[in-house]
Formats: sequence, structure tokens, C-alpha cells
Amino acid sequence: MKFLSDKAVDRLRQAANTPDLSGTRYQLLEHVARGGMGTIYAALDETLHRRVALKILDVPVADDDFALRLNREARVLARLEHPGIVPVHDVGTLSDGRVFYTMKFVEGQRLDRHIEAVPSLPDRLRLFLRICDAVAFAHARGVLHRDLKPANVMVGAFGEVLVMDWGLAKILREQSADFAEDDPEATIVHTPKSAGTLADATQATQVTGQGTVLGTPGYMSPEQSRGDVAHVDERSDIFSLGALLRFLCAPPAAQPKPNGIWRLDKALEAVCGKATETDPRKRYASVPELSADVSRYLDGLPVSARKETIFDKTARFYRRYTIAILLIGAYLAMRILLLIFSRA
Amino acid sequence: MNKVLLGLLLGAVLGAIDGLTSWFTPAVRAQLVGIVVGSTVKGIIAGIAIGFFARKVHSLALGILFGLAVGFVLAFIVAQLQHGYYLEIILPGSIVGIIVGYATQRYGAASASVPAPTR
Repeated sequence: MKFLSDKAVDRLRQAANTPDLSGTRYQLLEHVARGGMGTIYAALDETLHRRVALKILDVPVADDDFALRLNREARVLARLEHPGIVPVHDVGTLSDGRVFYTMKFVEGQRLDRHIEAVPSLPDRLRLFLRICDAVAFAHARGVLHRDLKPANVMVGAFGEVLVMDWGLAKILREQSADFAEDDPEATIVHTPKSAGTLADATQATQVTGQGTVLGTPGYMSPEQSRGDVAHVDERSDIFSLGALLRFLCAPPAAQPKPNGIWRLDKALEAVCGKATETDPRKRYASVPELSADVSRYLDGLPVSARKETIFDKTARFYRRYTIAILLIGAYLAMRILLLIFSRA
Repeated sequence: MNKVLLGLLLGAVLGAIDGLTSWFTPAVRAQLVGIVVGSTVKGIIAGIAIGFFARKVHSLALGILFGLAVGFVLAFIVAQLQHGYYLEIILPGSIVGIIVGYATQRYGAASASVPAPTR
């Protein structure tokens, strides 16, 4: 009996895993990444001659209902037209029954890698505000992301910030008659048919069946961790944004730990703390509220998440007007010295 | 408020305060009014110059440096005319220039808005 070499086995495995795009307008270029729900490839749109990102779900479509849900996900994401959200171009089914959709190919870096090159806290906070803008827009359209984390944010070559991977998105409410026939509480997530799918999941994203755990530990709200789908709303994304904010405010060496114990500025810590409260009712009620607090912090104003003492107020005033205070202080000191000098 | 107007007002106020401090020098107390008026005019001139600079150049460091230079030069001219009190005039004048330079860079609208022409 002759055994196949490891190299031959690898080649066979690779060939077996390569999706068959015949019958579509796309030509496979290269493997890009694996997400929680599927694999992302770079592909060439042969009709429009442009590079696109092609996401193929891992599990073949088993029934029409599931195909409808996935098509619906693509349709919902397609209506999220915002500079901070990756646009979906197309949706379809491969010859092997797997559903795919294509989206804009973003050339850039994931936030967790990009942030190493951004040492300034204000710059990081401004990045965060742009993420908030995109998430707030989605919320306004009734869509929850449910898997916000640094790995799901891309920063493009020109500084554009894009929220990616809406594969776990949930539609809170319908805004268009097109979707009225669907279940408004439907979760955009496929149910894995085997344990193998879970094992394949990357970036610690856990994908299990409908109504169970979706998201990433450390960035997932307690209600999401419990699989309490009924109570997942905008405030779950706010929890994830709070964890993301804590990640962005941390010194580079501490960044791999989103729930670490490094010392943050008290006001920022209060903002993170309020956003990541265990009880959703104690969190910010909306993303604009959270981003307004971060903006206030950036402007040297008090944040709503923390009641200031007189010392905090003084310290904040000093931080805000350091140069002016030093200049006036120098002027007064000079005047006093001149007075003493002239009397002497 | 635009930067030139901010520079003018701040220069006038700080110049006047600067002039009033001469009250602490008994030897020149009799000329207090003249000193205050002169110092105010000096502050206005410096403020306008620094305000125009801030409108053209957006740099805190350069703004402060320019304020220092203008404050120093004007105060030096005044001290020359007074034939004395160089330190008492030049030092505060320079610091007032720095303060106005800082304020015009940090605050004030970059330029007055001009309405778009209509056809």
C-alpha cells in the first residue's frame, strides 16, 4: 500500500477547500482571512473588473428558510450605506450550495494592528468616535452588530475607518416593507451542523446555534454571553464599544487584554465603566450618548459618567488651559519680581 | 470673533493692565495716564499684527514666537523713547506679546466668512 505524502495531502486539502466559483461572475484570487462564520477571499469581479472581498459561508444551505435569512442579511447590510460600513455588492449561491456575498475589498490594517502606530490618545479617541458613528448609523437603521472588537474594524490606507464582519448582525426592527414578512427578531447567524464549525472559528469568535452564544469573550455583553437573545439590544453593542474603548486607551503593551487592570484616566475609566456595566439599564442608552461623552473628554469638558470633585475640576481646568495658565503665571511672577526689584 | 479683533481687544486690555502696573513705581506715578494710553496703543498695534499673523500662519509655536518678537520690538521702541526702564518695559511687553500670540492661535475664527456670489 502506498501512502500519500504530507505535501500531497495538503494540496488535496487545499483543492477541496477552494470554492468552485464557476457559474458566478467572480474569479478567485487568494485566501484573505477566516471569520467566525466563513472564509473571506479576494476575488475579481469579471463584469466590473474590480477586486472584491468574497465571503463564503462554511455550511451549505440546507433549506430555503436559511437561504432567505442569509439573503436578507445581505439586503440589510446593503442598505447600511455609510462611509464607516463596508458596502455589500452582491449575494449568491455557489454550485455546492454554499451561500456567498461580495463586498468592497478594503486594503488596510485591522484596528488592533493599526493602533500600534497611533501613540496619541486623542487620535485613538477620534478613531473610536468614527467607529461610534458607523455603529450609531446601523442602530438608527435597526441593525445591531453584536461582534464589535478591534479585529472587526479596518483602518484603510487613507485613514478611513470601516466596521467589518456584520455576520452576527441582528435586525432589531424593520424600516422597509421589503422585510416586513420576515421575523423581526430573526438573528442573522447560521446554525452550524457540526461541532467542526465551532472548532474552525477564529479570533475567539464563538458561533453556536440560534439563541446561544454569539460574539467574542471580553467584548461580548453579559446578556450575549448568556445567550439571552431576547434582551440583546443597542446596549449590547455599547458594551462592546466600551471594551473597545478600554482597549484603545490602554498602553500598547497591555493591549491584548481588553479587561485588564491598567490605570486609565479617571474620566475615561468612568466612561468605559458606564459603557460596560453588567446591567444594561445602567449603560449609556445610545451610541451617540457614549460618543458625546468621549467628545466632551476630548474637549476637556466633564463627562456625564463621572461626578467631579473640586480637585478633578481644577486638574481638568489646568490640563485644558495649561499654556494660558503658565503664561499668566509667568507674567504675574515677572511683575512681582520687578516690583520687589524696584523697591530694593 | 475673528483673530484680528481678538488680538486687538486682548492687546488693548493687557496693554492697559500693563500700563496700570506702573502705579507701583512711585517715580512714574505722576505720568500714569500717559503710560496707560501709550501702553494700550502699543498693545493694540501688537495685537493687530499678531492677529493678522495668526490668520495666515496656523502654528502655536510660531504664533508665540511672533508675539514675543512683536512685543519685544514695540516695547524696545517705547523704552528707547523713555530713555530708561528697559527691563520694566521690555519684559512685560514681551510676555504680553506671547500671551496675545498664544490666544490668537488657540482661539478666534480663522477668517471672516465671505458669502458665496450668487448668479
